[in-house]
Amino acid sequence: MHIMEGFLPVEHAVGWFGVSAPFVVAGVMRLRRIVRERPQAKMMLAAAGAFTFLLSALKMPSVTGSCSHPTGTGLGAVVFGPAVMSVLGMIVLLFQALLLAHGGLTTLGANVFSMAIVGPWVSWGVWRLAGKLGASIAVAVFFAAMLGDLATYMTTSVQLALAYPDLSSGIPGAIAKFGGIFAVTQLPLAIVEGLLTVVVMNALSGRAGKVDEIQVLCGEVNR
Amino acid sequence: MNNHRAMWLLAAAVVIVSLPMMVPIFQGSFRGADDQAMAVITQSRPDYQPWFQPLWTPPSGEVASMLFAVQAALGAGFIGYVIGRRHGSASRRDDHDGD
Repeated sequence: MHIMEGFLPVEHAVGWFGVSAPFVVAGVMRLRRIVRERPQAKMMLAAAGAFTFLLSALKMPSVTGSCSHPTGTGLGAVVFGPAVMSVLGMIVLLFQALLLAHGGLTTLGANVFSMAIVGPWVSWGVWRLAGKLGASIAVAVFFAAMLGDLATYMTTSVQLALAYPDLSSGIPGAIAKFGGIFAVTQLPLAIVEGLLTVVVMNALSGRAGKVDEIQVLCGEVNR
Repeated sequence: MNNHRAMWLLAAAVVIVSLPMMVPIFQGSFRGADDQAMAVITQSRPDYQPWFQPLWTPPSGEVASMLFAVQAALGAGFIGYVIGRRHGSASRRDDHDGD
């Protein structure tokens, strides 16, 4: 989902920075509030960031014969809500842009929007919805992480399609074209991300499995 | 969650990741999807020039893979540390309960 350095026209690059900025500012404020009000949640916040750091470094082969990577933003979105992931995701994207020439500074706004904003918000929405529908924690976490991952890659497809409409079939044709590259490749990887998120979430909740695990993780309940 | 379920979930993840490389119908170069998308762009817009270059590029694939490994190791290492701390404090609590 990394749009490479210099590959978005200037207006698009600036536009995506504008769209992402308020989310990142809100994320910083939320992050500061969490650290101030529940300092015991710091460990888990860092773990949520570490999970994104880890998963977005793993490029996995897929059924389309190409490689892509999960995003790891679902875990933090489920535990802390989507806002904090805009900040944690941006840190990961900055690391990759500066040290790996993967993604870029000019495309950071667009990449933050897909990976650190849309993905986490979809994960969080799915998590809440699954909870209302009576799904177990494991099932809800699985679908939250999986669908958030897919949403990130679909967003990248739309962003590229807006910048590079197909010469004959326009933007819809371009969405299909980029979606064919990203979304189809991502399908099995999104399932893997869902599985890994369930395993890590359970491992992080320690032996506190019986109570509301997620509240423990948030540091809401000081056990 | 019991450890058996975690094992099965991890095994399923390994199978999903390995299958594309093992089953002949999923052929391909296994290059990055990001690169493929950029190739599509440069094909349909041969005159497009990226207007900004990365400030620094790893000098070789080896250096890049090292940095990716560092990224993964830092992430996994810290998660392992937090899991260990949580399990440690959970078992201390249990010891206390037994008094």
